[in-house]
Amino acid sequence: MGWLKQIIFFYRDGFKQMRVGKQLWVIIAIKFFLFFVVLKLFFFPNILQTHFSNDTQRADFVLEHLMKH
Amino acid sequence: MDHTLLVELSRAQFALTALYHWLFVPLTLGLSFLLAIMESIYVRTKNPEWKKLTKFWMTLFAINFAIGLATGIILEFEFGTNWSNYSWIVGDLFGAPLAIEGIMAFFLESTFFAVMFFGWEKVSPKVHLLSTWLVAIGSNLSALWILVANGWMQHPVGMEFNLESARFEMKSFADVLFNPNAISKFLHTIGSGYVMGSLFVVGVSSWFLLKNRHRLFAKRSIIVGASFGLLASLFLLATGDESAHRIAQSQPTKLAAMEGLYDGKRRAGIVAIGQLNSLKKIGDTQDEFIWSIEIPYALSFLGFRNIDAFVPGIDDLVLGNEKLSIESAQSKLDKGKIALDALRDYKEAQHIGDIPRKEEALALFRSHEAYFGYGYLDKPEKIIPPIALTFYSFHIMVGLGSWFLALFFFVLYFSMIGKIETKKLLLYAGLFSIPLGYIAGEAGWIVAEVGRQPWAIQGMLPVGMASSHIDAVSVMITLGLFAIIFTALLIAEVKIMLKQITIGPEEA
Repeated sequence: MGWLKQIIFFYRDGFKQMRVGKQLWVIIAIKFFLFFVVLKLFFFPNILQTHFSNDTQRADFVLEHLMKH
Repeated sequence: MDHTLLVELSRAQFALTALYHWLFVPLTLGLSFLLAIMESIYVRTKNPEWKKLTKFWMTLFAINFAIGLATGIILEFEFGTNWSNYSWIVGDLFGAPLAIEGIMAFFLESTFFAVMFFGWEKVSPKVHLLSTWLVAIGSNLSALWILVANGWMQHPVGMEFNLESARFEMKSFADVLFNPNAISKFLHTIGSGYVMGSLFVVGVSSWFLLKNRHRLFAKRSIIVGASFGLLASLFLLATGDESAHRIAQSQPTKLAAMEGLYDGKRRAGIVAIGQLNSLKKIGDTQDEFIWSIEIPYALSFLGFRNIDAFVPGIDDLVLGNEKLSIESAQSKLDKGKIALDALRDYKEAQHIGDIPRKEEALALFRSHEAYFGYGYLDKPEKIIPPIALTFYSFHIMVGLGSWFLALFFFVLYFSMIGKIETKKLLLYAGLFSIPLGYIAGEAGWIVAEVGRQPWAIQGMLPVGMASSHIDAVSVMITLGLFAIIFTALLIAEVKIMLKQITIGPEEA
C-alpha cells in the first residue's frame, strides 16, 4: 500500500503548491458543471437513446427517415 | 418549423463549437512539443535558466489546456441531439476511434500531465523529461483518432451500408485508419498546431524584447520557437500539398470551389490572389474573376502531379463532360434515386416475406450504393459547396502560411546573427502574428468542412438527412448559450494568460 500512499501524497502536494492552477481548477469545475449538468441534462438529450428502448427500434426509425424522403 | 432552418441552425451551432474548440487545441499540440524540446536542452545542458524557461512556457500551456479542456465534449453532445441520425448511421465506424481517443486522453491527462506539472522535484530529470515528451506525443496521437473519423467523412472507405441496421459497418479497420485522406489531414492539422505553438513562443518573446525585459530568456525562446516554426512551416507546406492532391482525387467539387474554377482545363494554374465574380453562374460565359494573379500549371501539378492534367471545373462536375468521361451530377442524382428506391423495395419485400424480390433489391442497391447520397439532392447544382467562402478561406490560409514561413526564416536569421533585438518591425510582426495563426487555422477548417458541403459523409449522406427533427427554438437557445460560455472562457484565457506573461518567467 506504500505506493498508493505515495501517489496520493504526490497529487495532494502538487495541488497544494499550485498558484495559478487553483484559479484554473475553479474554471474547470464551473465549466464541467455547465457542460455535464446544465447543458447535458437540460439541453442535450441523446434523442435515439431516450426515445427508443432497443437498437432494432432505433434502426427502424433511422431507416424510415432515410426512406421517406 | 422549417427543416432547412433547423439544419442551418444545427450547422451554425456545430460550426461555432468546433471553431471555438479549435482556438484551444492547436496551442496544446504545438506548445507541448516546444516544451519537450526546451526541457531536453535543460536536461542536456543542466543549465537552470532552461528549466526556468521551460516552466514559464509550461504555465502558459497549462492555462490553455485547462480552459480548453472538454470544449470538444460539446461536439459529442451535439452528435447525440442535433445529429442523432448521423450518429446512428456512423456509430459502428466512429465508436472505435472515439473510444480510443477518450481512453487515451484520460490516462494521459491523469498520469503524465500530473508528473509534468507536479513532479519537478519528485522524480528524476530524465523521468520528468520522458513525461513531457509523452504528453506531447499523447496529445498528438489523441488528435489522430479524431482526424481518422473526420478523414472518413471526407473520403468514406472500408465500410458497407447495412440495410438492416441502417449503419455503415466497418469492413476493414486498416482501410479506415490508413485512409490517405485521414493521414494527410492528420499530418497537416498537427503541423498547423506546431506553427501555432511556434508563433505563440515567437510572439510572446518578441513582446519581452520590445519591452526590454528578460532579454536572454526571450532570445533563447525565440530561437527554439523560430527553428521549430520554420521546420513546421515546411512540413505544413508538404502536407498541404499532399492534402490538396488527395482532395483532387476524392473531392473534386471542393478543389474547384477552393480555386473558383468553373471551366475545367488542362495546364490549370493556381490563383495566387484574386477577386471572384459574384455574378458568375454555372454554365454561363462570364469570367470567373474580376481580377486575379495566377501561377501557371500549378493546379494541374498539385492535383494530379502532371502539368498537362485536366482539372475539372464546377461546370464539368455539374453538367458533365462527355469528351473526358466526367459524369454529370444529374446522372449521379438519377443513380442515387435508384439506390433509394432499391432500399424501399428491399424493406417492402422483407415486410411481405418475398425473398427473391428482396435479394434483387439488395443487388440493385449495392450496384448503386456509391451514389446513395445523391438520391436526396433535388438539383444538380446542389453538389457544389459555397464557392466564395471556400475560395477566400483557402487563400487566407495559404497566404498566412506563406507569411509565417517568411517570418520564422527572418526571425531565426536575425536571432542567429545576434541582431534580433534591433529589428523592432520584425518583433512587432512576430507579436501581431499570434492572432493571424488562429485565423489561418480556423480558415483551414472552414475549407475542410464548408468545402465538403452538401455532404455530412462525402457522396453518401447530405447534412439535411443527417440532422435530427428537434425544436429549432431549443437549438437557437443553446447556440446563444454556447456563444456566451465560450466567449467567457476565451476572455478568461486571454486575461489569465496576459497576467502570467506580464509576471514573466521569474514567477513561473
